[in-house]
Amino acid sequence: MSASVVHTSAPAHHHYTTLGLDSRKVAIWAFIGSECMLFVSLISTYLIYKGRSVIGPLPHEVWTDPSTGHVYKPILNIPVTSASTFVLLMSSLFMVLALAAVQNKELPKRTRGERILGSSKLWLWMTAIAGTTFLGFQAFEFTSFVHEGLTIRRNLFGSTFFTLTGFHGAHVTAGVLWLVTLLAIDYRRGLTSKDSLLVDISALYWHFVDVVWIVIFTLVYLIK
Amino acid sequence: MDTHASITNLPDSAEGQAHAPHGEVEHAHPTWSTYWKVALILTLITVGEVWAYYIPSFVASRSFVPTLLTLSALKFAIVVMFYMHLKYDHRLFRVLFTGPLLIAGLTLIALMFLFGHLYIKVM
Repeated sequence: MSASVVHTSAPAHHHYTTLGLDSRKVAIWAFIGSECMLFVSLISTYLIYKGRSVIGPLPHEVWTDPSTGHVYKPILNIPVTSASTFVLLMSSLFMVLALAAVQNKELPKRTRGERILGSSKLWLWMTAIAGTTFLGFQAFEFTSFVHEGLTIRRNLFGSTFFTLTGFHGAHVTAGVLWLVTLLAIDYRRGLTSKDSLLVDISALYWHFVDVVWIVIFTLVYLIK
Repeated sequence: MDTHASITNLPDSAEGQAHAPHGEVEHAHPTWSTYWKVALILTLITVGEVWAYYIPSFVASRSFVPTLLTLSALKFAIVVMFYMHLKYDHRLFRVLFTGPLLIAGLTLIALMFLFGHLYIKVM
């Protein structure tokens, strides 16, 4: 038999809507929908003020301060941000593997590869580490920007950039904390397929944070 | 034929069936091999985007921005469909996600017109 076996273990606590859907999953999708609006408002603000900064540093252009003659280089560091984007994309892969591992927890794992794929702890750890690495990249970026003269109060670019990416970073931080709580549960009593909805909800949040970054990376970093 | 359910070829979840007491059936989620392929595609698109950024003639061309926006939208759609399982889940989830996204997107476009970033040439 190939792909015909399915789980039949329903969760112990049902929270169904009249449509037969778990209300927690409906809630997370509604929350994600509202988060879309939040991030689009921040992205809109960034785009509206794009190219309207009176003073530098600027994202893609060289700017010379007329009073001091100081030359500010383009401030965005594309190689570093590309690396952090790759890390976040991989974290999404790790997250779906963590979810799949929890969903298939009760299945026999006969080979080493199956044991690795079926280890929810491993994939949750990998996701949390990737998320923390992304935050490390962001901390490095923010610090280097401040050292190069770009603060949140410096110009319109600084205000909108730090607000947008700062909000995203706060969401990644919340996601990492959520993953840590799942790991704590996994170590304490072990996550089983009955807990798959808990992991599914956190995975949806995590992937949403990833798709927001996909948009930010293109609109803020790559489009000049 | 192997009679045991193998962890590598099993659909990742039939949670929909388990969670849906009123006959509402979600389709099975993709397999692990699909997840790896999706990750590879996302990586390749990202590499393509960054590569395009470093080609000055392409950056100066009219097709640069539409190309990047298309690639970004493609990545967005792939993650939402395959990693967030929206392709396989109940249509209510699709409505809950795409509804606000559509409103937000239209608001964004309206603001771009309002602030002069987008315009229509009138003869």
